[in-house]
Amino acid sequence: MPLFLIARIADQGVVFDADQVDSVVDIGEVVAVPRAEPSVRGLTALRSRVITVVDTRLALGLEPTADHIRRAVITRQDGHYYAMLVDALDDIETFETRPMPHAPPREGRWSRAAGGMVVRDGEPLLVLDLARLVPPPAAAAA
Amino acid sequence: MDDLLQEFIAETRETLEALSGEIVAWEAAPADRARLDAIFRFVHTVKGSCGFLDLPRLARLSHAAEDVLAAARDGSRTPDTALVDAVLGIVDRIGAVVEAIATGTGLDDSDDDALIAALTRTETASVAPVAKVAVPSRAAPRSIRLNVDLLDRMMSGMSDMVLARNELARRLRDSVLDPRVEAALDRLSLTVADMRDTVTRTRMQKVDGLFSALPRMVRDTAAELGKAVSLRIEGSDVDLDREMIEMMRDPLVHIIRNAIDHGIETPAERRRLGKPETGQICVAARQSGNQILIEIEDDGAGIDVARIAAKAVASGVHSAGEVAAMTAADKQKLVFEPGLSSRDTVSTMSGRGVGMDVVRANIEHVGGRVALDNRPGRGLAITIQVPLTLSIMSTIVVAVGDQRFAIARQSIEEIVKIRGDQVRIDPVGAVEVATVRGRRLPMLPLGRFLGVGPAEPMTLVIISTRDGDYALGVDDVLDTEEVVVKPAAPAVMGSGLYAGQTLPDSGLPMLLLDGGGLAQAAGLRFHREVIAASEDDADEAAIPALLFDDLDGCRRAMPLGAIDRVEKAEAAAVHHSGGRVRLVVGETTMPLHHVDARALDRVTVGGEIEVLRLTDGEAECAYAIAAALEIIQLPADIAPSPGDGTVLGVAVWQGEPIEILDPLALFGGTASGAGDHGPLLCLLDGAGAAWMDRFLRPVLEANGYRCAVQAAGDEVPAVRLMMEDEPLPEDASGAPVVRLRRERNAASDADSVYRYDRPALIAALASHARRGGR
Repeated sequence: MPLFLIARIADQGVVFDADQVDSVVDIGEVVAVPRAEPSVRGLTALRSRVITVVDTRLALGLEPTADHIRRAVITRQDGHYYAMLVDALDDIETFETRPMPHAPPREGRWSRAAGGMVVRDGEPLLVLDLARLVPPPAAAAA
Repeated sequence: MDDLLQEFIAETRETLEALSGEIVAWEAAPADRARLDAIFRFVHTVKGSCGFLDLPRLARLSHAAEDVLAAARDGSRTPDTALVDAVLGIVDRIGAVVEAIATGTGLDDSDDDALIAALTRTETASVAPVAKVAVPSRAAPRSIRLNVDLLDRMMSGMSDMVLARNELARRLRDSVLDPRVEAALDRLSLTVADMRDTVTRTRMQKVDGLFSALPRMVRDTAAELGKAVSLRIEGSDVDLDREMIEMMRDPLVHIIRNAIDHGIETPAERRRLGKPETGQICVAARQSGNQILIEIEDDGAGIDVARIAAKAVASGVHSAGEVAAMTAADKQKLVFEPGLSSRDTVSTMSGRGVGMDVVRANIEHVGGRVALDNRPGRGLAITIQVPLTLSIMSTIVVAVGDQRFAIARQSIEEIVKIRGDQVRIDPVGAVEVATVRGRRLPMLPLGRFLGVGPAEPMTLVIISTRDGDYALGVDDVLDTEEVVVKPAAPAVMGSGLYAGQTLPDSGLPMLLLDGGGLAQAAGLRFHREVIAASEDDADEAAIPALLFDDLDGCRRAMPLGAIDRVEKAEAAAVHHSGGRVRLVVGETTMPLHHVDARALDRVTVGGEIEVLRLTDGEAECAYAIAAALEIIQLPADIAPSPGDGTVLGVAVWQGEPIEILDPLALFGGTASGAGDHGPLLCLLDGAGAAWMDRFLRPVLEANGYRCAVQAAGDEVPAVRLMMEDEPLPEDASGAPVVRLRRERNAASDADSVYRYDRPALIAALASHARRGGR
């Protein structure tokens, strides 16, 4: 059974496939990247690597994440490291994945990154695909 | 040379190991094209390397094998078992010879001829079994080949170490320090710094390492082909990633060989063509933003596009229809297709154009590009562009608001503080123009553009890009720093503003600005320097002009050359006296021109008006406008409008007709030139007369001159217009002469003007014609 990392974003319980997760950290100072894609919060350094910090809530089409939130899931996609901000991290567990119920997502663009769901103690948790949270290249600023 | 030899040995060993599988597979299926290509490439590379390492025996073996394989590739020979056996015999022998070189022992070469002879035999039977050569034990290698990943990890570990040391030093500094601890820390710092240099060097190499083998190779190749070639090398001190250097080595050798063999003509031929007997090849490396450019330029014959196209059709790569539909540039690119060569005969040197497809594949493999600039009959310039990724870069760190950015030092021309008279910044519509010691540059205030600093810039960093120079306004220039630049995430790079990211010693990530990208994103326009090399350029010659909204609501333009500045003036500074309007500036007054008195009154009610301050070097005047819009490039073809004195003509800009004001008419108060005695005669004289007649006549006539290529009867022209280097004719009637220069940048004086500098020309004519008239 696949292993999942349980997290919380905007009061929604979510899980990430542990294979996609490089590490879990509290990120340090973030340097802003003017005029980049809006969900790019900035750059931070982690173990002498430059990591692109993604405001996961914005990437999902929700309200921006509060500034004080520093907890992040580090993932490596196409050779670049990204820190996806999460409100809280819970645990690692194995789950059986189930297809998404047909009910539309509650708000925003959750569906953009949702790849199914799991149930933990009766609570449904959304499976988020970290690769689909990676911000797309911004169109060149005019 | 020893280094190169070691590398050659290591490389050949490696390729042979990798190839052993291919060889077995080829034996099983001799017709397999992919295998054939792989083995062909191997012998071709060996042949190439042998050429400049001076290994004639290997060169002979590999050349023989290559010939046969080439025949198999273009179908003139069927690869049968005999051929396979013979080629394998050669490949084995190459391996044996390489091992012999490595150990420094001799190897009997008496049966080389037998091996080569076996290649030409076509029957399957009676192939002499290849004598197995006992390979002596391998010599301990003096150099090792490392995986670049390993170096990457070493580098990354090193950076970690530096950060940890910095952290340690910071923490220790907070407490009172035991001198012994301090001494230990110092030693650690020194060691770390030293290590870091070394580790960095493991990845970086001067591009010189790539170039140093070239002079010898060029000499030998040229000698063998009976050509005279001189090689010039520039930019050997550019640092390049070791991996890149490795990848560039073969392509560079191939390109230069091609240049000597196919490009440069024989001395006799060059003499016939009126070129110097010695051909020139120039190899130059330079860093341009986040790219390394290596240019290989020769002054030979260039690519014969027609022949390449014909070859492509003949070899069946493309149909005649396809080729006919290609543009010239597409046809040029055919040289990159496998198996095409512009050369009909095959030499030991550059072979059959196989080089160019390998060249392109190698370069594209590292994310680079190859561009051709073919000038038939005059030479070929090949530009290889590889990304700087992983290269160490010298940067300047600038501060804007509370952020820092790095800018590649190569792209920075100058840094100037905004204070005093040296620098002036004037708003011109939506953009600002910085005037630095008389040079006007578009300005980009970085803080405002990025939305990180509302403050007005304190310092200008003058950035040169491919399109032109501009001034980047920043708060401060902090430091210079050597950084390792890596590409940032697509979402960051996609903005087009950044060339990469780096982690400096501060431990905070920093972005590297892309000078060209910034200018593009900000929509800066540059006045391209027009190099008037031929008269055909006339179409491209454009006059920069300021587009503005006039008081009457029309859009008009004023040649930029006449504008000193654009500024706001208080309405109280506008005075009406004697039917004329004057503007008081400081202690002086100047005429204030306007299109409509009532409109002027309307705007002065607002308390402030915008004016263009014009100067011709001596007098000053002003022109009231509603708002400056932007700097535009006026097309050269301005329809003259002789009617209204203040309008020079009408040009079409973005589909709209725009009236262009004549600054001279404003200075004169009336239209210049035309006096009471009818239009003055301007004689277009000398060899450039036809050009003048075509390009200058409309402007001259719009300014009230009559133009003639020949003076009628005994009429004395008021002024004579000639190109700069022509002798004055015998019958020069004493009329003053205005000379036209071909170069814009020559020192200007009253008697010669750059021929596309319209305002200067009109001014020069006006002053001379007046003189002559009296």
